[in-house]
Amino acid sequence: MTVLDKVAPEGSKAGERVSPRPTFRHRLSRWDVKVSPYLYIAPFFIVFGIVGLFPLLYTAYVSTFKWKAGDDDPDFIGLDNYKELFADSQFWNALVNTISIFLLSSVPQLVFAVLLAALLGARLRGATGWRVGILLPYAASLVAIGIIFANLFGPKYGLVNGVLQTIGLDPIDWQANRFGSHVAIAIMVNWRWTGYNALIVLAAMQAIPKELHEAALIDGAGTWRRFFNVTLPLLKPTLIFVIITSTIGGLQIFTEPKLFDAMPGSNNGGSTNQFQTVTLYLYQTAFQNASLGYASAIAWVLFLIIILIALVNFFLTGRIARTPAVKKK
Amino acid sequence: MRTIRNGLVLALGITMTALGASACSGGGEQQPPAAANPNEHVDLTLATFTEFGYEDLIPEYERLHPNIKITHHKTGQGGPYHEELVTKLAAGSGLADVTALEEGHLSDFLDKGSKFNDLSKIGPADASPDRWLNWKYEAAKTKDGKLIGYGTDIGPLAMCYRKDMFKAAGLPDDPEAVKPLFATWDSYFAAGADFVKKSNGKAWFDSASQNFNAMVNQLPEGYIGTDDKLAVEKNQGIKDAWAKVTDAVAKGESAKLTAFSNEWNTGFAQGAFATKVCPAWMLGVIKEHAGPENAGKWAVTAAFPGGGGNWGGSFLTVPTQSKHPREAAELAAWLTAPEQQIKAFQAKGNFPSQVKALTDPALLSYTNPYFGDTKVGELFAEQAKKVQKPQYKGPGDGQIQENATQPALQAVEQGKSAADGWNQLVEAAKKITR
Repeated sequence: MTVLDKVAPEGSKAGERVSPRPTFRHRLSRWDVKVSPYLYIAPFFIVFGIVGLFPLLYTAYVSTFKWKAGDDDPDFIGLDNYKELFADSQFWNALVNTISIFLLSSVPQLVFAVLLAALLGARLRGATGWRVGILLPYAASLVAIGIIFANLFGPKYGLVNGVLQTIGLDPIDWQANRFGSHVAIAIMVNWRWTGYNALIVLAAMQAIPKELHEAALIDGAGTWRRFFNVTLPLLKPTLIFVIITSTIGGLQIFTEPKLFDAMPGSNNGGSTNQFQTVTLYLYQTAFQNASLGYASAIAWVLFLIIILIALVNFFLTGRIARTPAVKKK
Repeated sequence: MRTIRNGLVLALGITMTALGASACSGGGEQQPPAAANPNEHVDLTLATFTEFGYEDLIPEYERLHPNIKITHHKTGQGGPYHEELVTKLAAGSGLADVTALEEGHLSDFLDKGSKFNDLSKIGPADASPDRWLNWKYEAAKTKDGKLIGYGTDIGPLAMCYRKDMFKAAGLPDDPEAVKPLFATWDSYFAAGADFVKKSNGKAWFDSASQNFNAMVNQLPEGYIGTDDKLAVEKNQGIKDAWAKVTDAVAKGESAKLTAFSNEWNTGFAQGAFATKVCPAWMLGVIKEHAGPENAGKWAVTAAFPGGGGNWGGSFLTVPTQSKHPREAAELAAWLTAPEQQIKAFQAKGNFPSQVKALTDPALLSYTNPYFGDTKVGELFAEQAKKVQKPQYKGPGDGQIQENATQPALQAVEQGKSAADGWNQLVEAAKKITR
């Protein structure tokens, strides 16, 4: 691109490479070279600035006030909201719930997604039908799923407890039992996302060159051996992507626990907050208690936690991803 | 074209006058805005939630006032509706000219009284205090005596019960004969313990918080004292109610079904409990969920433990954001006039709060076939008159009920001890009011 700079403007004499007074067209083309790239990428930064950066910074600003919605002049209290937050047992409880639900959903989800992808990658009759089929839960309305699952896991008249009782087990109060509620919510999340992740893994699986499998086959590797020694190592970059996206989604889980509550419209996450997640607590603080300052502090702490976990993810997975390359040498 | 422009100029003039009037409201006497011009074209908005029964009334009002065009915004659930109202009040724009408020949320808005017009000043003369039951009228007054809302419906309390389940347990089942069981809360819970024993562990009521809410509503003060400070620990009435309700839970009287949950809905169809505190609007809920196969099994009687009580009902307000406060107040007054309230009652069963409506033959002769052709209009009119005065509710009262009391009682039903549950309630209430 910079080559353009040196091209003499039209009408200049040969040999006179740089005119002492550049013409308007010349200057225009120089600006074009310097400015255009920024203009081309500007829309992203402008939009990001308005809907991403500004809210982020403004939230940080609001978090330094005792700000009730409708207050005319909120009090500046510095970092007091954060001090209060770190001593707030409800926040820590919500954080533990979030991480528990996240682990209960992400780990099995990943395992099942890879297994499903391996199954779908095998020679199947009507492969497209199966592949579309596992994506269907993802296309269903999240709210509808939430309501249906909350019904299934009803303590008295729910289908799941009905099944448990017919096979001679004790019914579980899915909303009262802390671990039970986490399992139920994780099942909701898994049902929706496993197929979606399986398709991403499947796409990566199909990009693995056939020759590698053939070579392994000639070397005498069985199906499982090939899966663990050929397929899985080559899937690593894709798995990293899937892990990071599901981490971000998992830490922000909101709709499922909100709809799982027996009390309609409640943000409590159960009678003793047994399944209240951080975003649910954030929502309750901001829009039910109208404490905008405190809610902003929660939002910022959640943001920092997500960044922290993403960084840990990045370093860990980066290290794992490097290993196959080393082996090749 | 000219008339429209003239209209605009006039509207502007009226708005300016209205603004001027509200601007100088600081000094005691508030001037009413200029009289409405009957030829001026005015667009009004009306915001309600769930069912108010105004669908046929709005075209009628527009027919009577050809210069007025009403846009009606209906919202499904009350909770999100009121959350949005707080945001719009804070933002200073977006509220409808006539905005409905529910009784349970009213205290939060009485606290922000400066953002609403005083209807006793700008409303039409026929909307005088004697139109309403006294306690309904008083409930919408701020501490400094400003009337921010016209009462619409009310929820006078009576007791609903399952005739067949009473009979099976050997209890009296005739509406007159059951009245002594529902005389006081003590007799009610004692009858419940008796019922549980005689019916092999069937539940007496749907959930603890439904009864507890009604008991607390009967007290002169709620969770917040008249000094607007949290009084839950000092309020002996609340403590007694807590002891009685949790004791009943321990005796197996509760079906432990959270109100308005799916399980609760199913509970009506399955006959999971024998009695239900019944505000007038609850009859429709029971009929819907218990279904036609249970017709005639439910009954309602003109008795309620501890006298009368009210649960629910709404108010129509005119926020100061409104550009046409005078016209909006006129519309709100018309919608809450006895004649219109009777029509809303016939359309959706919202029980009127107007003295004249309560003696109207259309209301008194109204029967409900689902409840064995009981004259429910007459029954609830009787119950409405038993309510003496409004409870003092400070800001945050409704939220304590929803986010402190209800979860705490639910936790007790799920196995927490009554003492731990009480601590949970107090801690959560402190957090809400801090």
